[in-house]
Amino acid sequence: MHSEAQKTPLYEAHGSAGAKIIDFHGWLLPVQYSGILQEHEAVRTKAGLFDVSHMGELEVSGEDAYQFLQSVLVNDINAKPGKAVYSPMCYPSGGTVDDLIVYKQNEAKYLLVVNAANTAKDFQWLQENKRGRVNLVNRSAEFAQLALQGPKAEEILGQLMAEDLTQLRYFSYDNDAKVGDMSLILSRTGYTGEDGFELYCRPEDAQRLWDMLLEKGFPLGLVPVGLGARDTLRLEAALPLYSQELSEDISPVMAGLQRFIKPEKGEFIGREPLSAQLQGSIQQKIAGFEMIDRAVPRSGYEVYCNGSRAGHVTSGGYFPTLKKNMGLALIDNGCAQVGNTIDVEVRDKLYKAEIIQLPFYSRKRG
Amino acid sequence: MKTYQGIKYTREHEWARVEDGLVYVGISDFAQNALGDIVFVELPNPGKSLKAGEQASVVESVKAASDIYSPVSGTIVKVNEALEDTPELLNAEPYENWIVALEPENLSEMDALMDEQQYGDFCAKEA
Repeated sequence: MHSEAQKTPLYEAHGSAGAKIIDFHGWLLPVQYSGILQEHEAVRTKAGLFDVSHMGELEVSGEDAYQFLQSVLVNDINAKPGKAVYSPMCYPSGGTVDDLIVYKQNEAKYLLVVNAANTAKDFQWLQENKRGRVNLVNRSAEFAQLALQGPKAEEILGQLMAEDLTQLRYFSYDNDAKVGDMSLILSRTGYTGEDGFELYCRPEDAQRLWDMLLEKGFPLGLVPVGLGARDTLRLEAALPLYSQELSEDISPVMAGLQRFIKPEKGEFIGREPLSAQLQGSIQQKIAGFEMIDRAVPRSGYEVYCNGSRAGHVTSGGYFPTLKKNMGLALIDNGCAQVGNTIDVEVRDKLYKAEIIQLPFYSRKRG
Repeated sequence: MKTYQGIKYTREHEWARVEDGLVYVGISDFAQNALGDIVFVELPNPGKSLKAGEQASVVESVKAASDIYSPVSGTIVKVNEALEDTPELLNAEPYENWIVALEPENLSEMDALMDEQQYGDFCAKEA
């Protein structure tokens, strides 16, 4: 089925800001404004503002909502109040349905933020596996989402809020945050490897919030950032992207997300294979590599180890902050030790690369 | 759009100009703008013979790799080694920075390429 591409509430604003627009999984979104390298640099050194309104929001409510989510998510959602929980959601095989963030709204209501392209699939999966008194609603159309990321993010947002943002720690959120008369879910999370916030607002407030942030942030170096730099930023921080580092065939253990899997919490879908994988029964895993020879590794390129095919590049490219050609590859366990040499096939030729420790980039914490 | 005297263009957005009997090849301003930030240029080995339309080089932006095709048939005699360490020169000054220079088999192949006016019209249709 082919349907017309969807627009976020900020579509017009992106156009008038000179953004290049692309169709991203059925959404018309900015891939870049001034240029990917400049935008990437701004987020690492100052701040960047992203429109991520395409992300899906699924609401799970009802008196059995907690038990139900514990049965479909691999992480334990029994967190301290005000703490967001990142969790993969898995098939019985241990393969990944999606990775998402859970925000508890009250004792019987949770909001799951899911990948845009997976929203319909996730909804279907949750529906099929529903048990007990649970109500499932797709609230995606009722939320716009902005991400304010970078070392200056706290200072910029702080100028617009009465709240003391220094009290909102990493991965914490506030369900009742206010910017002026606008109500938000404010979360200290992100997908860039920097400090920052994700702001969930009503679609009709998105333009005003966007403009206010850009205006306050301008003197501190805030710029709008597109999907191009979003990808280079998340890749440098070695954050997985669903469909590349996670998929029906790539489990969270293979992707290196062991710390988000909690077999000790009780039964959940995928628990058995994932427990076995945690004990070491995986054939392949995601590893980071740096090119030794001059070539740019790209998603899908074949990887060889000691002359035999050992896997493929899941994400790769030029890393703007590190100024190196690097990537992530799904490769045979035996080839994935740090320091090992692999070959990446680029246009029918083999180029040497070395397995390195992840993450590629991590910010200095002040 | 910034352009050059006597410069010719292909439908794949390469430019070609003749100097001292050699054909210098680069990418147009339209091409560099569409590619975005260029981070890598794969240069061929001098001595390589190419037919018009065959791959002469690969230019990689942050987003993707793009083939660069030779506008004419000939033998590569020089490559612009400055691009190895500063590929972004192709963004900054696309007409000042050539990628390869060929000894052409037959200079009349240049006649089949678009001139300034034709290329301007061609880009207007693509944009």
